[in-house]
Amino acid sequence: MSARHHYDHHDDAGYHATVKGYVVGFLLSAALTAIPFWLVMGKVLPSPRMTAFAIIAFAAVQVVVHMVYFLHMNAKAEGGWSLLALVFTAALVVIMFAGSIWVMYHLNTNMMPMADPQTMRNMP
Amino acid sequence: MSSSPTLNAGPAPVFYDNGDHHPQQGTLLGFWLYLMSDCLIFAVLFAVYAVLGRSYAAGPSGADLFDLPVVALNTALLLFSSITYGFAMIAMQHGKKNAVLTWLAITGLLGMGFLTLEMTEFAHLIHEGAGPQRSAFLSAFFTLVGTHGLHVGFGTLWLMTLMVQVQKLGLIPANKRRLMCLSMFWHFLDVVWIGVFTFVYLMGVLP
Repeated sequence: MSARHHYDHHDDAGYHATVKGYVVGFLLSAALTAIPFWLVMGKVLPSPRMTAFAIIAFAAVQVVVHMVYFLHMNAKAEGGWSLLALVFTAALVVIMFAGSIWVMYHLNTNMMPMADPQTMRNMP
Repeated sequence: MSSSPTLNAGPAPVFYDNGDHHPQQGTLLGFWLYLMSDCLIFAVLFAVYAVLGRSYAAGPSGADLFDLPVVALNTALLLFSSITYGFAMIAMQHGKKNAVLTWLAITGLLGMGFLTLEMTEFAHLIHEGAGPQRSAFLSAFFTLVGTHGLHVGFGTLWLMTLMVQVQKLGLIPANKRRLMCLSMFWHFLDVVWIGVFTFVYLMGVLP
């Protein structure tokens, strides 16, 4: 051991929650929840594909809002280790998720011999 | 550790580590790592649903089965329970034991309301013959949504346990640490629910 590191342990709980933070987070996430439901139930956008992209975008923003306002995630919490763990997990999730869908999509299109629902219905 | 040549000479060594380790922080980081591994479980279940979610086996689809107003109500319950838990945490910071217990009770009731609605939905689906064995879509649906519901169930159980602890022992440091862990767990479940209502319910009813 050549060097002693000085870890700053003086932030006791890591964060201090405030009423304002929770209320802002709640209002944001209520809006970000209500709008996707309205888009789908009211059939506002012209095509289902556009609706799907829109609600995924809203979900992504809402996840960030929850992380920041409810889970108090920031670069300084736990000396940056929780953010690092989150980034690592996110990378794993993206690789696993995109990879699974990619592989299974190609398996489906290349290896499914019966295309019409009538054949499917008569399968055992 | 290397032996120091300055052991008996020079000024007294300066120790930056005074043994003050704040065990709270270690627990919270460890609990965060647990949540990340839980996140991977949910990610795998989401991937399964993404692959199988349109394999109806000539059975009912999401558009036939899902009742969006009920899902919206469920989402609202979970969202409200998030902010009520937040208020419990603020009351905890101010050391108000009774306020903590009240907010925890409200959070628990909202959680139980969520579970009641979800189990009613599941019972209705199974009664209609759309149980988990009907199609790959329904197997994936019940596994994903059921795993989330199981988490909420255990979270509610944990919450009731902590209410007893706080009632008996007060807001001691150990209880504060436990409340902070449950706070992360509860908010994390709300984050997972965002994925569930978006990918499963809303996208499930899209044509």
